[in-house]
Amino acid sequence: MSSTILQIDNVSRVFPGVRGGAPVRALEPTNLQVGKNDFITILGPSGCGKSTLLRIVAGLDRPTDGRVLLNGREIRGPGADRGMVFQSYTLFPWLTIAENIAYGLREKGMPKEQRRDIVASYTEKVGLRGFENHYPKQLSGGMQQRTAIARALANDPEILLLDEPFGALDNQTRGLMQELLLGIWERERKTVLFVTHDIEEAIFLASRVVVMSARPGRIKADIPVELPHPRHYTMKTTPEFSSLKAQLTEEIRVEAMQAEGVH
Amino acid sequence: MPRPLEPVSQGTRVTLGISFFVLFVAAWAFATLGGFVSRTFLADPITMLQDGWLLLTRFGFLSDIGVTVWRVVGGFIIAAMVAVPLGIMMGAYKSFEAFLEPFVSFARYLPASAFVPLLILWAGIGEMQKLLVIFIGSVFQIILMVAVAVGNTRRDLVEAAYTLGSSDQGVVKRVLIPANAPEIAEILRLVLGWAWTYVIVAELIGSSSGIGHMIIDSQALLATGQMIFGIIVIGIIGLISDFLFKAVNRKLFPWRLA
Repeated sequence: MSSTILQIDNVSRVFPGVRGGAPVRALEPTNLQVGKNDFITILGPSGCGKSTLLRIVAGLDRPTDGRVLLNGREIRGPGADRGMVFQSYTLFPWLTIAENIAYGLREKGMPKEQRRDIVASYTEKVGLRGFENHYPKQLSGGMQQRTAIARALANDPEILLLDEPFGALDNQTRGLMQELLLGIWERERKTVLFVTHDIEEAIFLASRVVVMSARPGRIKADIPVELPHPRHYTMKTTPEFSSLKAQLTEEIRVEAMQAEGVH
Repeated sequence: MPRPLEPVSQGTRVTLGISFFVLFVAAWAFATLGGFVSRTFLADPITMLQDGWLLLTRFGFLSDIGVTVWRVVGGFIIAAMVAVPLGIMMGAYKSFEAFLEPFVSFARYLPASAFVPLLILWAGIGEMQKLLVIFIGSVFQIILMVAVAVGNTRRDLVEAAYTLGSSDQGVVKRVLIPANAPEIAEILRLVLGWAWTYVIVAELIGSSSGIGHMIIDSQALLATGQMIFGIIVIGIIGLISDFLFKAVNRKLFPWRLA
């Protein structure tokens, strides 16, 4: 395995009880190592703590115990070295598409001319040329999420965190977005941590699928995906893909049943 | 019968809006010109217009209007300059909110008009006193409403800004403020409307100019036509300022309509 860039060390999270209720264990002590250029998908049923784990890596939530190291340094809060794409549309509605993509660069104090080049290149990469001066409201959900990806990448983060970014999109758009993201990853070799509950999505994108168990969440399986790159959407119908899917479906099914209280 | 929530065309909207004004004036004319109400207590529309014309041409009412507008705008701008930053601070920083919110909530219920006698004692009957009445009437309202608006900023936008490298200050400057700017403008528009009621109250007592002063003067002469004209002028100015505010907001915040 390539050198470790992100190390999750015994990270757990307990949410305090609401109105005198019992505290909720969202995440059991969890260990995970992410190598440079890995594309890891975290797969699990809803409420398994996978988003909590990602938010802790982003620095938006604090672990109750344990720590997360990025390049050997402990994470204490959010920062530009970890780009995040959320499931909800989080483009700044008062900024145009180009201004949204430039947001992080502006926060760094990068001069305007330099910003313009980077923005142009990422606008191109996510296929949004011609929409630079549109406001987010004028764009479809898929286009907004592409902008959000460009906005996160423009910052040149060490690792890209995605929290079910395509969850609100229709099936066709989701497929296209997966290919777009995978294409960018294949070309630029970013390190990616991608949370999803969609099995096909998890396999198609990943170099490793991490399966999480139902609440309290913990890592149940860590499965390498040896499918060759570049991947084409037709790969989803190959026997290798299908057998992986069958295996993961089985893993997830047990967890989903437990989460729903079915035995 | 129209369906609930079903929109109407722009033409219908304007026609309906105007027709109520027409109906209102017609009822007024019928009651007064028809002799159902004593002229001593309520002037008819025609007398009102004649009185208004006299006020404007012979008694320099235009300068009264000017003075009143100046007081409202002056007091309101001072209040906004104090209240908007405070409101943003309260919305953004919870400790600041905990510190000021109880007092501001209390002060908000102090009626500005009740301060008039006290303010005359403190500031005399000059312009300062008028400005202070409007200031007291508006400032606490603006603070609280702005604080609530800023406090309700979408959390995911704030989180996105942090993951893009914003500092705490950057989040306030480049997320909380721009995200709420249209709402703050809307709050100012609302409170400006209330400021108009305070200025008249301030002018009713211890004043020698302004629309309110004219109204109280006319009362001594039982000139109900003039009084009504004064009240209507206030309404019209309010309508104009509202319209201007909305037009400016549309220009300033195109992304809202995009």
